[in-house]
Amino acid sequence: MSRDAILGAIRQSLGRPELSTDAKRGLNEHITKHRANVIPARAKGARADLLQRFQEMAEAVSCTVEHVSDEAAVPGAVAEYLRANNLPTQLTLAPDAWLSGLDWDSQSLLESKSGPAGIDDVVSVTPAFAGVAETGTLVALSGAGHPTTLNFVPDYHVVALKTSQVVGAYEEVWDRLRQANEQGRGFAMPRTVNMITGPSRTADIALTIELGAHGPRSLHIVLIDDEKAPG
Amino acid sequence: MAKAAKVAGSRAMEFMKPGAFKDNARNALADDNLRSAMAMLNAGMIPNRQGAVDRLPEFDLLSQRGRELKDHVLGHLDYYLERFERNCKAAGGQVHWCLTAEDARQAVLKICRSVDAKSVTKGKSMVAEEIHLNQFLEQHEIEPVETDLGEYIIQLAEEPPSHIIGPAIHKTKDQVSDLFLKHHAKLGRTERQTEPPALVNEAREILRQKYFDADVGITGANYLIAETGSSIIVTNEGNGDLTQTLPKIHIVITSLEKVVPTLEDATTFLRILARSATGQDFSAYTTISTGPRRDGDVDGPEEYHVILLDNGRSAMLGSEVHDMLRCIRCGACINHCPVYQSVGGHTYGTVYVGPMGAVLSPALLGVAETKHLPCASTLCGRCEEVCPVSIPLPKLLRQWRARAFEAGDTPQLERWGLSIWAFFARRPWLYGIGARLAMRGLAWLGRERGRLRKLWFAGGWTDGRDLPAPEGRTFQERWRQQQQQQQRQEQHGGGAV
Repeated sequence: MSRDAILGAIRQSLGRPELSTDAKRGLNEHITKHRANVIPARAKGARADLLQRFQEMAEAVSCTVEHVSDEAAVPGAVAEYLRANNLPTQLTLAPDAWLSGLDWDSQSLLESKSGPAGIDDVVSVTPAFAGVAETGTLVALSGAGHPTTLNFVPDYHVVALKTSQVVGAYEEVWDRLRQANEQGRGFAMPRTVNMITGPSRTADIALTIELGAHGPRSLHIVLIDDEKAPG
Repeated sequence: MAKAAKVAGSRAMEFMKPGAFKDNARNALADDNLRSAMAMLNAGMIPNRQGAVDRLPEFDLLSQRGRELKDHVLGHLDYYLERFERNCKAAGGQVHWCLTAEDARQAVLKICRSVDAKSVTKGKSMVAEEIHLNQFLEQHEIEPVETDLGEYIIQLAEEPPSHIIGPAIHKTKDQVSDLFLKHHAKLGRTERQTEPPALVNEAREILRQKYFDADVGITGANYLIAETGSSIIVTNEGNGDLTQTLPKIHIVITSLEKVVPTLEDATTFLRILARSATGQDFSAYTTISTGPRRDGDVDGPEEYHVILLDNGRSAMLGSEVHDMLRCIRCGACINHCPVYQSVGGHTYGTVYVGPMGAVLSPALLGVAETKHLPCASTLCGRCEEVCPVSIPLPKLLRQWRARAFEAGDTPQLERWGLSIWAFFARRPWLYGIGARLAMRGLAWLGRERGRLRKLWFAGGWTDGRDLPAPEGRTFQERWRQQQQQQQRQEQHGGGAV
């Protein structure tokens, strides 16, 4: 059987038998401690600096970012964004309790449905689990409230994110993920963790960067200022 | 369709002849399209990487930690693979250990057959290239659809990739225009697009339905995480995500050395990978996948399989080329290699190209088959300088050269040349006399122009350019003279410089 042959060959090349229980315990400790290695200085700093860095980095990879002072303003901001950019007003909303709970009916222009993305869907609106200042990255978790297809199939992706969800380094996301999961169904990880840094892009034709290769052509972030006194 | 595809696969396989390196190189040097494509690589990739590295003051520190982590994992590879397997299974995934390329192909086929798959979408995977999966699937009447734009282009062209991260990097924009017109005309796209945005959009629209129609989606993995049993892909286009989310089954094809202990450890590599590869701070999409869809999920695959390929890697552990197992496939060594920049990837006749390919291919395919590749290097050292995990590529190339020599794979003329050189090199006094005679002789030959148009035994150099003629004295002589001069100056109170 290949499994035993491969493990046997590895041990033979390393010149030792299977590790002892003690040695395994040591390695297990490395795994369970989740120690960070090197966190760059750019991922640290005061709240206000991190929020600013998040926005700058996101914009540097062709995201657009707008601020709203209250989550109730999200549907209006989305409607205005679509109108201003001359985009279709048929939305597919992530079936997330918080996002669906916003007053989408208040926007008579918008026509919204909820669920995973179909091949003809053009605009999606989703929440995110976190934003990472280090590189302007959004982190989305798959689940009943957030079908993964919404991040990739539609042409235009809008993400509603709270400033309190913005962290400095990727490692802080893993910490939050582990905390969230301890209260969850017992799986260590959701099926998919998507780290999204700007819209889809390619340089496969003559090394020219083009947006919208297979995933979204644009990525718009509506940032809800939910921290009372940032900084 | 399947019949036509069979022909397509065999054409790509015709490139896989590492023994033809010398002829390939000659042809490549005369290929103007390749020249212009390679010039763009040189002008873009190198400054992009440098910029990204300069923007992150901690890059060297991260790089060093990455190297240590890889060494640690390789020393405990059995443990981390078993741990990965356990956690992958706990999350509902299936792990297939495959000793050989054929084992891996059969494992994929078995999974495809279980759902009677007609078409398979594919994200970019070098391990899938390594096992020549497309040709195999075509032989079994399953249509592989490459979805990464570069891979899609070379699939249309019926060619293998010429670079591990930019598979179609050897193609000019005009060549892509021609290819798209030729293959898309029958799909109603009869207008020849000439600008990159229109070309990208055409591929996007044509591939869209394919994602939804595929029965199986195959991706590679940049990393496997032992802690969680997850696989990670790092991409820019989003094709890998569509490939692994829409079909019923997601197959990850990867190799043993991709495992890392924790999410935190993977993060360290993520911080150096894109910067080294494309000069981005972070790629557009980094996706961590764990098992199949969960209760309540409304999309995602129903099955998640990981093909763990050995194919020679367990034998590399602890061997002379052990360090090569640290490779994170960023392609920086390829981008910076003056030989690669001159001859392009197809010249190598192997799936892995450039310095990393010239070290890896002999380990995977055997030294006899690939004896030219370790010689396709000037040993200038740029590859080692830019390698984020400090693989001593020039040293490993020299080791393969030595192996080829020992095995008698080096051509007779070269062996004679080397033994004559060795005879003199072991007798410094004789070497000195010989060198003095040669320098004076060459200086006399080139006395008029200062250059030599032709030189016996040096046709490889003088066919393409003149050889600057020596000025008449050897390095040793000039060195001695300079030392004496310096001593005199010091004695006469001239002071040291």
